[in-house]
Formats: sequence, C-alpha cells, structure tokens
Amino acid sequence: MKPEMIDKSGEVAEVTGGYSFALAGVALVALASGALWWPDRRVLVVSDLHLGKSERVARLGGAALPPYETIDTLTRLERDIARLAPSRVVCLGDSFDDIAAAHGLPEGVVDWLIRLQAGRDWIWIEGNHDPGPVTLGGAHRAEMALGPLALRHIATPGASGEVSGHYHPKARLASVSRRCFLTDGARLIMPAFGTYTGGLWSHDPVLSSLMAPGALAILTGRVARAIPMPR
Amino acid sequence: MFAPAPPDKFLPDKFIDWFAARGWQVHPHQSEMLARADDPSLLLIAPTGGGKTLAGFLPTLVDLAEGGHEGLHTLYISPLKALAADIRRNLSTPIADMDLPIRVEDRTGDTPSSRKRRQRADPPHILLTTPESLSLLCSYEDAARTFAGLKRVVVDEIHALADSKRGDQLWLALARLQELCPDMRRVGLSATVEDPAAIAHLLARHPDPCDILYADPGPDPDIAMLQTEEFPPWAGGGGVYAIPAILDEVRRHRITLIFHNTRAQAEIFFHALWLANDEGLPIGIHHGSLDRTQRERVEQAMVEGRLRAVVCTGSLDLGIDWGDVDLVIQVGAPKNVKRLVQRIGRANHRYNAPSKALLVPANRFEVVECVAALEAVKARDLDGEPRGPGPRDVLCQHILATACAGPFHAEALLREVRTAGAYAGLTRAQFDECLDFCATGGYALRAYDRWQRLMQDEAGRWHLRDPRAAQLIRMNLGTIQDTDKLKVRMRHGGGRPLGEVEESFAAQLNKGDTFLIGGRIVRYEGLKDTVVEVTRAAVKKPKVAVFSGTKFATSTQLSHRILRMLQQDSWPELPRHTAEWLSLQRDLSALPQEGRLLIESFPMDGRENLCLYGFAGRNAQQTLGLILTKRMEEMGLDPLGFVSTDYATLIWGLEAVSDPAPLLDRAALHAGLDRWLAGNAVMKRTFRTSANIAQLIQRNAPQARKSGRQATFSSDILYDTLLKYDPDHLLLDITREEAMRGLVDFGRIEELLDRIEGRIDVVRLDRVTPLAAPMFLEVGKVSLDGAGRERLLEEEAARLMAEAGLTR
Repeated sequence: MKPEMIDKSGEVAEVTGGYSFALAGVALVALASGALWWPDRRVLVVSDLHLGKSERVARLGGAALPPYETIDTLTRLERDIARLAPSRVVCLGDSFDDIAAAHGLPEGVVDWLIRLQAGRDWIWIEGNHDPGPVTLGGAHRAEMALGPLALRHIATPGASGEVSGHYHPKARLASVSRRCFLTDGARLIMPAFGTYTGGLWSHDPVLSSLMAPGALAILTGRVARAIPMPR
Repeated sequence: MFAPAPPDKFLPDKFIDWFAARGWQVHPHQSEMLARADDPSLLLIAPTGGGKTLAGFLPTLVDLAEGGHEGLHTLYISPLKALAADIRRNLSTPIADMDLPIRVEDRTGDTPSSRKRRQRADPPHILLTTPESLSLLCSYEDAARTFAGLKRVVVDEIHALADSKRGDQLWLALARLQELCPDMRRVGLSATVEDPAAIAHLLARHPDPCDILYADPGPDPDIAMLQTEEFPPWAGGGGVYAIPAILDEVRRHRITLIFHNTRAQAEIFFHALWLANDEGLPIGIHHGSLDRTQRERVEQAMVEGRLRAVVCTGSLDLGIDWGDVDLVIQVGAPKNVKRLVQRIGRANHRYNAPSKALLVPANRFEVVECVAALEAVKARDLDGEPRGPGPRDVLCQHILATACAGPFHAEALLREVRTAGAYAGLTRAQFDECLDFCATGGYALRAYDRWQRLMQDEAGRWHLRDPRAAQLIRMNLGTIQDTDKLKVRMRHGGGRPLGEVEESFAAQLNKGDTFLIGGRIVRYEGLKDTVVEVTRAAVKKPKVAVFSGTKFATSTQLSHRILRMLQQDSWPELPRHTAEWLSLQRDLSALPQEGRLLIESFPMDGRENLCLYGFAGRNAQQTLGLILTKRMEEMGLDPLGFVSTDYATLIWGLEAVSDPAPLLDRAALHAGLDRWLAGNAVMKRTFRTSANIAQLIQRNAPQARKSGRQATFSSDILYDTLLKYDPDHLLLDITREEAMRGLVDFGRIEELLDRIEGRIDVVRLDRVTPLAAPMFLEVGKVSLDGAGRERLLEEEAARLMAEAGLTR
C-alpha cells in the first residue's frame, strides 16, 4: 500500500498504512499501530496502555510474567511520536494497570515518559484501572472535550463525537484475528495499545449494542484495514 | 523369568478358599508378585484380562488381612479417574467375601472437598487416586502425616503414563513420597510394550534395580480387515461407507467397540450410523469432549449389557472392564502397532481367549496402512520411540508444589529429584535455572526483587513469599492441557451441558449455524457468559465441532513397512480398488520409495501446489511444511498455507516452485529450523503448554471468570515478548527442547534425509494426482501470515466492503 499523504494546514504528515475516516465531521486517521491521529490539531490518542501489568500480577502473588511489556509499549508509542511529532498526546485511560503500578514504575521508565512528554501537551484520562491522579508529568482529567470530540475512557450510550477505549475490541478477517478500532460515524472505540492486553470480539453483545448499524471495524497490523464490523 | 512359587506358600488359607469358591486359579504371575512383595520395585507386564490388577493388590490384601495396620498402607495410582472408582468396586468383593478389615477409598478431582479434607487427616488403608490428585496431596503442609505408614504404591497402566508428562509428574511425586516413607515398595502394572526396561527405569527409585515379571501373553488375536461391498472413498476419513457392514458385525456380536482416531470423526460416524440404524440397535457414543454424566451413562449401560455398540475414541483405551465386549472395530488407520494391539485387547477380557478385531480403513491410502499394520501385529513387531530426559517444565511445577508443602533446601530437593529415573541425569545448573525461574522469573532484567515468588530464609531454605500463592499454585497443578473450551448447553433445557467445543470453533459460529455434538445436531443461538447456547435443529448437513484430540503420528516402523509395500510390482494382498489406485498413481506420476523423495508440483483451483511424500509421520511432515514455507516466503514465492498427513505435506501458494530440491538441502533445513523457531504457531502452542505447566501462566484463578474477557491476553504475546527481549530465557529453551520431540519431531526429518541421501524426484503435472487428492480434504490446515496472506486480506477486505456498499 502506498503511503497516504495527508496535507492539512500547510503541513505534511506521512502516515504509512493508516486509514482515514471522519467522526463528527473531524478527519481522523486510524494508525496501523492502534493509535489515533488527528492531523488538523496534531493530536495523538492511545488507549489502554496497561503499563506495569507484570509488576501488579507478581505483587498479588501470581506468576512473574516477562517484565518487558512497559518497554515494549513505550517503544511503540515512541515510534509513533517520533514519526508524527504530535503537539498533544492523550492517553485514554487504563494507562496503568493499577494506581500502585503507576507509582511503582522503575526510574528509567519515568525518565523515558518525561522525555516523551517534552515539548508537547500530555493528558492522562482516568480509567477504571487507574481512577485517580498520577504523580507523573502531564495533566490529569476525568474526560475532555476537543472541538466537537469528547474523549473519555468508557463509551456512554447515545453519545456522539465520542472517542473511547476500555473494551479492547478485536475482530477476525480471513481467519486472522487483529485488534481493531470500531466506528459508526458518531463514536469511535479504540483498540488497546498496551502489549499485555487481550481483546473482546466485536461481535460481543456489549459492542454490538453500542455501535450503530453500518459500523466499521478498522483492523490494526501491518496496515490499518477497514471491514464491515463483524456482529 | 522366574519359576512360579507354589501358591499356598504365601497365600493364606482364607484366600485359597476364596479363589476356590469362585472357581478361579491363582495365575503364576499373581503368586510370583506375592512371593516378591518385598522387592523395592517390580514391574509386571501382562495382557488385558490377565488378572493384572489383582496381582498388584494381592500382597496388600494379604498384608492387611490380619488387621493392625494404622493409616495408609497402599496407594494405587491410575491414569483414569473412572478406573480408580472401578477398582474400588472390584476390591470390595474380596474384602466383603473374606471379611477383611480393610478400608478402601478413591480420591480424584470428583471427590467432594469435605471427604478430601477428612482423607488427609484420616486416610484409608488403600487410597485409589490419579497422578494429579497425588501431586496435590503432596503439596499440603500435612503430607508427612497423611502418608505415615505407607508401604506400597501400585501404578496401574504405567505404559500409558510412561509416554506423557503426567508420568513425569508422578515420578517426581514418588521421589517425594519415598523421602517421606523410606520403606515404600513400588509396583508397576503394564500392558505389552516394546521396551519394558525403559518403564522399569522410570518406576524404580534410581539407581535401585527393578525386575520385570512377564505374564503369559495369551493367544494371538483374531484380527482382519473388514470386507465391505462399498469401496472406501478416494479421500477423507470416518469410514461412513462401511456402516452397513459394521452394522452386520454389531448384530453378530454381544458388544462392539467402534474406535475412531479423532472425536470429530466419532461424531460424524455416530450421526451417520444413527441414520442407518433402522432396527434401532442400542448404540452409544463416548469421547473426551462429552459431558461427564453423559459418558458415565454410556459406561453404566455397557456394564449392564444394555448397549450393543459404542462409538468411541481413546477415552475407552484404558482400564475398565466394560462388560462383555467381544469385538473391537478400529475405524481409520491405526497409526501405531503397539496401540492397536492394546486396543484389540479390549475385546474379550477373558484370559487365554483370543481377542477379535476388525480394521476399517477410512480411505484407500489407509487400506495400505491397515494391511501393513496387520502384518506387523502378526509379526509381534511393536513400535515406539525412546523418550528423552524428564522435561523441565514439569520440574518447575514440582518445585512450586514442593514450596507449597513447606520450606526446602535446594540441595536436598535436587538429591530427591535425581532419584526419579527420568531426572537422574539432571545437572545442578539445570536445576538451579528451574529454581531461579520459580523464584524470580529468571529474566535477564531483574524486575521482581520485591515481589519474588520464592524467597530464601536465613537458614537458606526456600519458601513462598506470599502464602496466598499456594492456593493459586495448587489450583494449577497438573500437566493435562485442555485448550480453551466452552461448555455447550441447551438454551431452554437447563440441566447438564452436552459437552464442550473449542473457543476458536465457537468464535466462528454465527447464529443459526448447526453442528454435531454427542451425536445430536444443534443450532447455535449465542454465547451467554462462557456457555455456548444451542437449540435442537433438524438439518441434514451440520458443521462439525473442532476438537483437539491428540493426533498420533504413524510410527517410523509402520511407515517403512508401507513404503516397502508400495514398491511391490503388484499388490495381491490389497483389495482390487486400492491396487488399481496405486497402479494409476504409478502410471500418472510415481510411487514413493524408501530411498528417494517424491515431490509433485501441480496447479489446482487457482493455486500452485507442491506435494512432498516424506513418510516421516504427521508431526515431522508438519515441521517440514513450516520450514519450507518459511524459505518460500523469503524467496518471494508467496505460500499461503500447507497441510500435513502422516505421509506427505501439501503446500499451496500463489507461485509455482520450479526447483524445490535446494529447499531440502540439509544445512538449509537446519538453518530454517533455527530461523523458523523464531515465530510460528506450532512453537507458540508448544510454548503455551510449557508455560502452563511451569505456571508462568496460571489459567485457574480462585475468583470466577471475569465477564469482560479482555482481561486475559494470549500466551502468544508472552512468547513474542520473550523472544524479542529475552531470547535465552529458560522457557524458550524448554520450548525448543519440547519441539524437538513432540510436535516438531525434527529427528524424523533427519531420518528422512539420511534415507534419501539427496535423491529427489520432482514431477510436474497439470492436475492433482491420485495420491495427492486426499490431502485437500485433510483438516488442520495451517495458514501463513506472510506477504501472500496480506494480498488475500486486501482482496477479502475489498470484497466485504464492496458487498456492504462501503466503497470509499
């Protein structure tokens, strides 16, 4: 697939393999990485990072999972930031696997986050895993409005122009399963960006009832690819 | 062999009278077992129906007959829960008849927890249990008290455990028990096997010797291929064509067991049999994916003689005397001569009577395999592959279980573990690595200093950091891998579930789809929580649920027999239809040979196909498919997928391969193995098994399953992460080792390369050949996620969007 050229406000952002669509009249790009790009405002949105998941599992007496998910998640996030140079990054909730995980991040990870935050706005929206302010840099919000869009962790029934996460949607195409965005023109549900996250099938009743008829599933992977949302 | 001892010397009068009253003779091997009751270990090899179990218990009954023993005396371990319950019933007869002061109880996953607790404090004289329940018992703090006084352990059907990790788990538990009870004697009871000494090595406390007793093997079985009017189909499985002939046989016998190699085939066959069963013969179905109460109902009906036939799988391979079975029918090629012989033994549980069996090839190729297997049975030429050293994932689990029972010293535990024959060669470094994994995760990045699973106290003893972890570890003990399965239940019927289907199968179902389960056709209505809800349906062509029953590879010995048969000028021993089919293959293409590799290349349905007849067994052929497609991917040949059988691998893709010989260069295959180890589905499956056993992944949790399933993530993610950030991690090393023997079986690719020494025949054809045709109907196709797949995804997405009117 050819790189898609998005020419807005005099600036050129090269978005390889992204899928462009509109939400409440706003032109957005679903990136193959699972992040959302708003070229007009240079906003990058990621959801459900679940940083510190392995630490939390071990703390609670579970197995010692490979402690690399935070590194892997931030590496992928850094790649999108380096490529797009966003002026604002919004983390759409469940950025940390719990509050203690947010406070227990290794020093190196904290420094890394500070580097990523340098020179841009950084907003932590709260989620059900991390309900409450974190001590890291950046602003903390329960939810926020950006132009006609409302950004919050969990979708609310009947909302429009809403961008949310929480459900970790996934879908299958030609027997391959991928994390995916779901959108019906009024709302967008984002895939989980964190490495140690599972998914909920788009045909789950919860997701089917949230999304209007004619909704699309935009699959992540090598390139973002839209299909009619499997119900 | 040992001279039989006179029975009266060791057998009390009470027992002699009891045998006489029942009109029974004491078998020589039974009195020999009694005479040698004090041997530290003893292995008995006896055919089915040879009074094997009684031989194992006789010394215990005699020892306990006088009363006075406090606590547990004998521990009986069987691979089947049902067998434990059955033995309890069988033992109750002599105990009641002779009024012996003996308490017998069983303990399995099905035992109520109140009784389990009581058994730990007040164990019976004889406890009948499974390897899993034994490991659990050993993991409690009060294990020493529970097992105080233990004299004997009897391992039944030890041949079935010797091939599996359930066995490895058991050998480690026995090492633990021996430490608690130094006087414990070990007895193993085995069916006929090709290498009894290997089993003796596993049974005995290393390096103690272990003698082997052989019972009279009895007469040769009466075994033949079923003659049918209808020809077997060109391709496919299931043996549905043979149903009229099979029904005739069922009519002529009291109880017939109809064995199938897979659960899916058993379901299809049972459904077809039911449609053809005009006179309503009572016939049941039994396999591992059916609900337990359904299986028990069938078992009970068999014992009571209310069934004339049971369609079954390996779930009826072992143990119990299922009533008056007088015929075994094996549908589908038997794959393995040893297993066939053991299966045949299910017919006629009377000592010294020949068992009767019929083989039904499912398709024409299997005709050849069945004839080869018949010859091997007649020649008593059993097959088997030697098993490697004890797997380390099981050791990791054992270390965690040991920590649940209380603090331990590393040196003492290593010493103990090495008394298990399977782990006798374990090095200190290997052990330390496993211990480190259990304690810290064993990662290159030390991340869990605060949250270690195991900590060392001042005395240097290891213990659990968080006592809550013990419950989680105990809940996840065991080595049996149930892939993620969902229960199937009638929507309005309530009551017991019908059985289980795999989650991946359920995920593909749309409302209104129909499928077979337990011989019934049901319609998929939806998923409620984690239960598949169905209703009754009346359609002709249902889908078939996918069950991941074990797939055995045709053994090396049997494969060689088949290759030699194919090279005959003519095949008078084969039915004419099969002989003609082979001739046609020889005319159109060629027949595979022992010392050469035949490769066919042909187009079909818009795809290019490559078929390699390696005869290396299903698993090695699968590996060959993986390595070759990886290479083809690199060469830009856009392979899309492949499928393997025991005799060939078929690869399809978008480009034809004009010169496949370089793909099979030995160095290239080895390099491919290393490179390919990096990222494919079979490795991920292997990893998942080991990660579950080593408890990197704990599938069972005390709280009920969460409703939103996004909380759990796939083990594939852990595998990919380890590979990327910690490629030398212990679990990846274990995964590689496992892959060598189990699913990957690279040894047999080596065997193939040695056999052909570079002699490769490539035949280019304009269409599919007689021998390749069955491959297209095989299940278990592997899709590749490469460039070719991307091309197809693009097309499929475009098609779906266009269909929905959503073009951009």
